[in-house]
Amino acid sequence: MGRMSAEFGLPGPTVLRRLAKAAHWLSTPLLPEDYLGLLDPLWSAEELRGRVEGVYRETADAATLVIRPGRGWSAHRPGQWVRIGVDIQGRRHWRTYSLSSPPERPDGCFTITVKAIPDGLVSNHLARRTAPGTIVRLAGPEGEFVVPEPPPPRLLFLTAGSGITPVMAILSSLLAGETPTGTGRSSAEASPAGAEAVHPKWPPVQERRALPDVVLVHSAPTPQDVIFGERLRHLAARSPYLRLYERHTRSAGRLRPADLAGLCPDWAQRSVWACGPAAMLDEVVAHWTGPEDRLHIEHFRPTVLTSGGEGGRVRFTKTGREADADGVTPLLTVGEDTGVLMPSGCRMGICHSCVGRLRSGRVRDLRTGQVHGEAGDLIQTCVSAAAGPIEIEL
Amino acid sequence: MPATSHLTRADVEEFGRELDKIREEVLASLGEQDARYIRGIISTQRKLELGGRVLLFASWLPPAWAAGTAALATAKILENMEIGHNVLHGQWDWMRDPKIHSTTWEWDSACPADLWKHSHNFVHHTWTNVLGKDRDIGYSALRISPEQQWHPVYLAQPFYNTLLALFFEYGIAIYDLELERIPSGQKSLKETMAQLRAVAGKIQRQIIKDYIAFPLLAGPAFLPVLLGNLTANLARNVWAHTIIFCGHFPEGAEVFTEDRLQGETRGEWYLRQLLGSCNIDGSRLFHIMSGNLSHQIEHHLFPDLPSNRYAEIAPRVRALCERFDLAYTSDSLARQTGSVWKRVLRLALPGPGQRPPAVTSPARKLKAVA
Ligand SMILES: Cc1cc2nc3c(=O)[nH]c(=O)nc-3n(C[C@H](O)[C@H](O)[C@H](O)COP(=O)(O)OP(=O)(O)OC[C@H]3O[C@@H](n4cnc5c(N)ncnc54)[C@H](O)[C@@H]3O)c2cc1C
Ligand code: FES
Repeated sequence: MGRMSAEFGLPGPTVLRRLAKAAHWLSTPLLPEDYLGLLDPLWSAEELRGRVEGVYRETADAATLVIRPGRGWSAHRPGQWVRIGVDIQGRRHWRTYSLSSPPERPDGCFTITVKAIPDGLVSNHLARRTAPGTIVRLAGPEGEFVVPEPPPPRLLFLTAGSGITPVMAILSSLLAGETPTGTGRSSAEASPAGAEAVHPKWPPVQERRALPDVVLVHSAPTPQDVIFGERLRHLAARSPYLRLYERHTRSAGRLRPADLAGLCPDWAQRSVWACGPAAMLDEVVAHWTGPEDRLHIEHFRPTVLTSGGEGGRVRFTKTGREADADGVTPLLTVGEDTGVLMPSGCRMGICHSCVGRLRSGRVRDLRTGQVHGEAGDLIQTCVSAAAGPIEIEL
Repeated sequence: MPATSHLTRADVEEFGRELDKIREEVLASLGEQDARYIRGIISTQRKLELGGRVLLFASWLPPAWAAGTAALATAKILENMEIGHNVLHGQWDWMRDPKIHSTTWEWDSACPADLWKHSHNFVHHTWTNVLGKDRDIGYSALRISPEQQWHPVYLAQPFYNTLLALFFEYGIAIYDLELERIPSGQKSLKETMAQLRAVAGKIQRQIIKDYIAFPLLAGPAFLPVLLGNLTANLARNVWAHTIIFCGHFPEGAEVFTEDRLQGETRGEWYLRQLLGSCNIDGSRLFHIMSGNLSHQIEHHLFPDLPSNRYAEIAPRVRALCERFDLAYTSDSLARQTGSVWKRVLRLALPGPGQRPPAVTSPARKLKAVA
């Protein structure tokens, strides 16, 4: 490829790569992009970033953010999620959000739709206090909550609250070309037609076999609380392939699996994608009679142990060793006692020689008694004890 | 006479608790503004460096050479002092930004960050001013305290201290290899060889950048660019050497013996940090250019608190010292530098009569009396 473009007198990718490599000699010990980033932070290839291009209100407590990913972003499959790193009060917090737009968006941006939960740190920040222009860190896309290609003939989507977000992306993609609003843009945005032709994985509707038969059963407290309400209703009105049942739980009560049999009698024969609160998902799983591989579940909330636990099982993921720790022994000591080669220095919390990356669980700061830690945090093992079961990358 | 003999064990622990309180308060208040501060400094530093290098390309104009060299020297000083030193201390780890983190940062210095973190953060900051433990006392090459045994080689120390100032970054790189620990077997040859390779690789890249790549890129301006870069590096080295020597070596800084460490409490540790460190007075800009090591006392009490906060807590630490009747050594750059050089010159010669080092902790002294 490099040679071909060189023939036309343009620098090919090989030449560019060589130049970029040579530039390292000038920027050492930093990377060239650390300087280029002064001009445009999205140029970073080492650290995937995105810029918030627009924020659109969906409901009283939910908003859609349009994000332009920087270099290194690869197109997602509808239903997948992205990890987003947001700086709040100077500290970086990582959270997971489903992509609510289909990959066919013509402007190269994607959207996430965030519902602010009470006392939620990141969700409130994103849904209420984030302005266009904000730079976020990205990782992904990832996730298996996707519809195979070609899609099965009959599908059922069971969603509640913000659980509609991945399904919005899936529906937009499935029904692309059906309606001009099918490109996953927020209701508030303009939506140029013909967008669906861009993505190679999802050919325009004319080339596809028959569209699948889709049922969507979505729960929300009131009609005004339905995220993407207008678009869903619009889609359903225009498309003969989509049946939409809205359940307004404040007036009609929570949807029970028994109700489902009434709304969609053949639900056990369908391929099901369900996303919503844990209680709802548990019920769906409990009542599912079809084959396991046809039921797809997406949890938005990790199942955390909330016991104020004194210590717990510690797993050192790099060395594969495990130990039971009490709530007062530093992880450093726990690791050393199990034979892990733990980095260390002062052993009193000042030199940071001993940090390890937390993969799951939370730790107690032995200096303050404060319990803290999120997956991905670097923990000072010499002054932290396990607060419940943890995994640490050491 | 040790400057702490008037304190009871309870006093010392109370002193420690007060300092812990300051630390907790600062930690709890870290936020947006601090993050903006360090990002602002980093971005300023990078722009200054780029500006300096671009100006140097036009260095056939003498004012451009002078301005470019000054900008580059300033950038290099900022990079080593306010940014590198402090990031490597983990002062900004709380932001959880892997781009500004002690475990990922590499600095514009001959000494690889990892090596320096061990010898500085761990050895020096833990054993501060303990003879035989803190290798930073005279950097194993200078007689900087009368308690150190005299040797004829110290006669030459005014000369080699000058050399050290000029080539400080290389001095630190070699010093951090801890070569003197090899013969006794405290350090394996294999480990040293691996570190030596890392140092050599780092030095190679640094030299290629400043003395080959940029001069070549400048074409006809090869020589002025090379000289500009050399001047900037030397200026940075002399500045770093000056500031760092003012931190522990002026008159007033105490050294301690190893027995002090046994069973040392948090309060006693704080005391040792205070008595072993000296501040330099100056303007806000001066503090930034010194990497806030002008607040050496605050830095040693709280090595992992962000440097931009030292100025704000300094009056509180000083007031605390007054309350406990403890020395808080601070003076102008000129006077502290003068004091350091006076020591370097005086201690090149044998004597003065061994003054007993500040030995036992006050608590243990009390016990002995009882
Ligand atoms: C795969 C996946 C996809 C997701 N997609 C979306 C999405 O598209 N839109 C969206 O809004 N959110 C989504 N989430 C949830 C999101 O990642 C955050 O958990 C959520 O925004 C809360 O974060 P927070 O910082 O505001 O709350 P925190 O400050 O972390 O928590 C505050 C309180 O809320 C509780 N809490 C935490 N998470 C939830 C939750 N999900 N629901 C209710 N209570 C909670 C906590 O236990 C705590 O008591 C998804 C999560 C996963 C795992
Ligand atoms: S070993 Fe020093 S911070 Fe942990």
